Amino acid sequence: MDLNFTSEEEAFRAEVRLFLAEQLPARIADKVRTGKRLTKADMVEWHAILNARGWLANHWPVEWGGPGWSVVQRYIFDVETALAHAPRIIPFGVSMLGPVLLEYGSDAQKQHWLPRILDGSDWWCQGYSEPGAGSDLAGLKCAAVRDGDDYVVNGQKTWTTLGQFADMIFCLVRTDPKAKKQEGISFLLIDMKSPGVEVRPIILLDGEHEVNEVFFTDVRVPAANLVGEENKGWTYAKYLLTYERTNIAGVGGSMAAFDWLKHVAGAQKKAGKPLAVDPYFAARLAKLEIDLENMKTTNLRVLASVAHGGAPGAESSMLKIRGTEIRQEITALTRRALGPYAQPFVSEALDEGYNGEPIGPDYAAPVAAEYFNNRKLSIFGGSNEIQREIITKAILRL
Amino acid sequence: MDFNHSDDRQMLADTLGRYLAQKYDFETYKRIAVSESGFSRETWGALAELGIIGALFGEEAGGFGGSGFDISVVFEALGRALVVEPFLGTLMAGRLLADRHDLLEQVIAGTSILAFAHFEPQGRYDLTELATTAVRAGDGWVLSGAKAVVPQLEAADHILVSACTDGGLGKSAGLSLFLVPADAAGVTVRGYPMIDGGRGGELLLKDVTLGADALVGPENDAFDGIEATVAAGIVALCAEAVAVMAVLRDATLDYLRTRTQFGVPIGKFQALQHRMATVALEIEQARSAVINAAAALDGDRWHRERAVSAAKFTTGRVGTLTAEEAIQMHGGIGMTWELPLSHYAKRLTMIDHQLGDEDHHLERYVLLGTEAGEA
Ligand SMILES: Cc1cc2nc3c(=O)[nH]c(=O)nc-3n(C[C@H](O)[C@H](O)[C@H](O)COP(=O)(O)OP(=O)(O)OC[C@H]3O[C@@H](n4cnc5c(N)ncnc54)[C@H](O)[C@@H]3O)c2cc1C
Repeated sequence: MDLNFTSEEEAFRAEVRLFLAEQLPARIADKVRTGKRLTKADMVEWHAILNARGWLANHWPVEWGGPGWSVVQRYIFDVETALAHAPRIIPFGVSMLGPVLLEYGSDAQKQHWLPRILDGSDWWCQGYSEPGAGSDLAGLKCAAVRDGDDYVVNGQKTWTTLGQFADMIFCLVRTDPKAKKQEGISFLLIDMKSPGVEVRPIILLDGEHEVNEVFFTDVRVPAANLVGEENKGWTYAKYLLTYERTNIAGVGGSMAAFDWLKHVAGAQKKAGKPLAVDPYFAARLAKLEIDLENMKTTNLRVLASVAHGGAPGAESSMLKIRGTEIRQEITALTRRALGPYAQPFVSEALDEGYNGEPIGPDYAAPVAAEYFNNRKLSIFGGSNEIQREIITKAILRL
Repeated sequence: MDFNHSDDRQMLADTLGRYLAQKYDFETYKRIAVSESGFSRETWGALAELGIIGALFGEEAGGFGGSGFDISVVFEALGRALVVEPFLGTLMAGRLLADRHDLLEQVIAGTSILAFAHFEPQGRYDLTELATTAVRAGDGWVLSGAKAVVPQLEAADHILVSACTDGGLGKSAGLSLFLVPADAAGVTVRGYPMIDGGRGGELLLKDVTLGADALVGPENDAFDGIEATVAAGIVALCAEAVAVMAVLRDATLDYLRTRTQFGVPIGKFQALQHRMATVALEIEQARSAVINAAAALDGDRWHRERAVSAAKFTTGRVGTLTAEEAIQMHGGIGMTWELPLSHYAKRLTMIDHQLGDEDHHLERYVLLGTEAGEA
């Protein structure tokens, strides 16, 4: 048993820190730290900086532009970037489509699409969910019918995150309506600029435009954009969902958010003393910190088993559930810490360059909205109920 | 033992419920809640005409209600419709203005609106941590200080402000109340939208000069009244919270019955059934807590304060549970602005940030329990 990182790993951590100190724009880190809105340009800028260093797609093989890192290095990178308040890497191209293409795409597809993910030519979004197909994803209806060299797509996707910025969408579509649910699905790459694609915003409870509905009416998609074989899309989709993601627990993000919570609890006052030393609040903070410390080690245990060739199947469900619960509790406590000042909500205060006088403490503006927004963490990426089903069946065999 | 409301009270509840169902639907709420003024004076007038404001005050104050159960019945109905109008401030300030008959008459008629400005920026939920001062100047008074997150402050014509009058800051002794016209010189109101709809504001008082008649109630001895009116405010908020919980429960139940995934209504999944059962039983517990508090509101201080803190603690805890579970069991659709559900969830969550949260009232309950005079 040795819980320490090796000296090589520590040297790598230093290298990442140096890179962040030199390359992460203070303007962007400041926005992330203070909960301001990131623009598309901010996200594109950060991707480009990472790509210039060869660190954007850090889990891709070296021949396709990956840095050849171990899972532990990737973990260190995730934690350090989060602690430095870097924006998260937008996962749709780099972490979702990339691995599917690497595993199942044709050479031509890899050569065409992978470099474009890296250099930012294409902003990808994920077209899985439909109004009738959420947890029961295989119930999807959006149909693609082969017509000469094209597929003709009709139907609807929904909850499409940042689809308003996207150039391309990877979709699960039904190509064989007669087959069993899982067997008639294909994986198709669709140009968002194609005639017949319409994107409509969905406004979330915090007032933000983060997700969209995407409608397809007789959209022609070149058959060359089919990934793998027709009607095998479910296998690829599942690969994507179980694809080993070192960051599924979001430990780095939670560590950064917890530090921020401690800062807030130290600055807030109760009966003239920092809220952080109030026995009731301190107990909540302590429980959360204990959970987070436990989570760090659970996460590292799974990583270690991956590093030694173990397969992280259902374990990632544990990481997802506990990781998102911890993150949600952190934002819930930050909200609680604000007391009455959780209520005011000036949306413009979250825009860069806003210089109105803050209402209450200057860190208060985004907190309640963030708490409400973070309810999504236990809903998307396979809801926590579905993850518990996976644990019950795959690990506990009940 | 009788858990039914009297006929009069039930009639009031029915009238209000019917009016709101017709005139204050979700679309109306959304329009008013994000509007520039954050409330509708027209609605306020109409509700006054129905007698809703009068129901909040006793006969000695020119009203025809004012008991704990009158308050809870009204606020339940308001909660069910997510009404953002300035009832809370009017209730809390009005109860301390019982001897100002002329003003209260206008308030009950809906032509004058009140705010209660007590809590301060550094004081969190503490009733005594005040730095606002009032000093005698000739016949009258000069007020200086700041008040925090006052609901619907901009709507108020008169603001009831607490201040330290004997130099001892941060204590319950030496507090007094002053009635400040919203347009008095030196009064600045900084208004802003609230995350759960409606508006709030910061009140700044800079050398606000008032006449002798601005003093409300006993000089240096306002604390007991403040505590009692906050207790009434808490009963109101808890009743509102329980109504919001019931709406969330019913909407979620409905969704569990109608949303199908994997070929069955999601309500068939035991994982959700048991959680729904927990939410339902906790809401009943919260309702009992509100009944306890409403019954204790008109009794002695010690029993009243214990019951009120118990209710606020309970609705805070159950409120978070209910709001979070309602969203979670709805999945993605529960996160949308379009659905009423998310607005109810936001309101419920924010009630815990008014007049003391779960932790504040648990601590208070513990302290009250160790206080002398327990018997
Ligand atoms: C902010 C946000 C962003 C998203 N981004 C994307 C995106 O970019 N692309 C995309 O394709 N999708 C996206 N999604 C969709 C997300 O994947 C779905 O919301 C999720 O799969 C749940 O589906 P649903 O919303 O239809 O809920 P439902 O599946 O209807 O679930 C409702 C409730 O029932 C529970 N439930 C369902 N089945 C079971 C069961 N068998 N046992 C126990 N409980 C069950 C669920 O856990 C949930 O609590 C996003 C969602 C959100 C909220």
